[in-house]
Amino acid sequence: MHIPSLTIASVRDGLLARRFSAAELTAEALHFAETENPRTNAYLHFCPERALASAERVDEQIARGETPGPLAGVPIAVKDVIVTRGVRSTCGSRLLANYIPPYDATAVERIEAAGGVILGKTNCDEFAMGSSNENSAFGPVRNPAALDRVPGGSSGGSAAAVAQGTAVVALGSDTGGSIRQPASFCGVTGVTPTYGRVSRYGLTAFASSLDHIGPFGRSVRDAATVLSVIAGRDPRDSTSAAAPVPDYTALLDRNVKGLKLGLPCEYLKQLTSETGDLIARAVETLKSLGCEVSEISLPATDYAIACYYVIATAEASSNLARYDGVRYTSRTRSAGTLSEMYRRTRSEGFGAECKRRIMLGTYVLSAGYYDAYYLKAQKVRALIARDFANAFQQVDAIVAPVSPFPAFKLGEKVDDPMAMYLSDIYTITGDLAGIPCMSVPCGQTREGLPVGMQILTRHFDEITMFRLADAYEHTQSN
Amino acid sequence: MKITEQEVRYVAALANLELSDAEAARLRADLDGILEHMDRLSEIDTTGVEPMAQVLFDADPAATLRDDVPIPPLGNQAALANAPEPGAGYFKVPQVIER
Repeated sequence: MHIPSLTIASVRDGLLARRFSAAELTAEALHFAETENPRTNAYLHFCPERALASAERVDEQIARGETPGPLAGVPIAVKDVIVTRGVRSTCGSRLLANYIPPYDATAVERIEAAGGVILGKTNCDEFAMGSSNENSAFGPVRNPAALDRVPGGSSGGSAAAVAQGTAVVALGSDTGGSIRQPASFCGVTGVTPTYGRVSRYGLTAFASSLDHIGPFGRSVRDAATVLSVIAGRDPRDSTSAAAPVPDYTALLDRNVKGLKLGLPCEYLKQLTSETGDLIARAVETLKSLGCEVSEISLPATDYAIACYYVIATAEASSNLARYDGVRYTSRTRSAGTLSEMYRRTRSEGFGAECKRRIMLGTYVLSAGYYDAYYLKAQKVRALIARDFANAFQQVDAIVAPVSPFPAFKLGEKVDDPMAMYLSDIYTITGDLAGIPCMSVPCGQTREGLPVGMQILTRHFDEITMFRLADAYEHTQSN
Repeated sequence: MKITEQEVRYVAALANLELSDAEAARLRADLDGILEHMDRLSEIDTTGVEPMAQVLFDADPAATLRDDVPIPPLGNQAALANAPEPGAGYFKVPQVIER
């Protein structure tokens, strides 16, 4: 078997035809991943015992003649901000370098209940704060398509692992683009579902009103399969939605004729010419499939970066207050009193970007600034959501770029936080509105750098998004 | 200038962070640039707009309430497993009252 070209379906076929056992596949996938990982640093650590135990459960099911779950035997990577019981979960932070969670995230439980085999935990920007994966305390990830470039962030490790073939699918998290942007940079599919579609239980909180768990895959079908498994109401997350979860893959009919698509004029202004050309070409392809494309306007877009970085940092400053040296493994060695311990533990533990965001969030929430920044940003957020609601009166889906440019060089933007924030312009709006959105590969630049197209749809209309992405993907493989 | 180094020190104290002189200077410059960008929020008219704190869907307000049925807790041992300094079933911390 050729590990980097496995799909969920090919794994299933192989298992059911008894060409290989899940245990054999897992051993080989682990060996391949451990051998290849030093090239990219996508995984932070592996969990071979847990992976083999999962695989053996699948083999026993098959031996008993039972139908194995939809992810049976599939090698999966999980971003290290998603907790795994008994397996180190560092969040890319020095503070949690030795943290071993006492419970599993709901998404992890569901993956394993469906037969999925978690190989290990993937690298990311510290506490998911970053757009390049350079804010990890454990070294950056390199983009498999160009090793001197970033994989995007914050779920850079998950995107790189899927692109590199060291996992078939992966879980990431998205607060402002952290699934779609690395998917675009690495040339894989990445999905941010509707807010509340997937339980956040066990996702280490960054900005709770914006945080999502979502899948990566090398095909739309594989990503959709994973979402079918992890989506659904979870009593342990009160914001998780009760809406029924369809079998997304059953609805991929490749017939998108007559679908109305909107192209937001505000999203086409700052593109590099190559990215713009690739998006324009993808839109032409969608037209050739029978979609009706019209230009739309999302006028509050210009305020989205400011709105997002107020809300996200405010929530982060509150969520990260818990890392104070009492409960989570790290404590300074030099503290006489409790307040000294809090301050020194945090100052020694957090990296520069986390400190910057905690400071910004604390500032915008502090006395005298709350109305001008935080409350104002929440109102602008309502306007951004309203823009989308208005647009979806006219169109079924919105197509747009994911990032203004393809993967940049390692080190290129680290010294300019504002430039880094501005690169999130096309992805943060979907998170602010809480609508489903995804990145699907739409070609490469002349240098061979992948570019992704973004598709956004109405709340809980992942089906239209997947149908469109799958139909488009099919034109690219032919 | 949007923010002074003195304000940076004040905010750091609120956030329980200790900053070196170099960090404080760097953060002042960074925050200054970011806050300047954020000021564009004041340009957009939000009269009569309700603040959006959460992505809300049409749901029964009680939909997220569960029955009051006890479930087994994590347990003392598991809860303390990651404590930097556990002791006698508790999280131990340095001296609390300073004088």
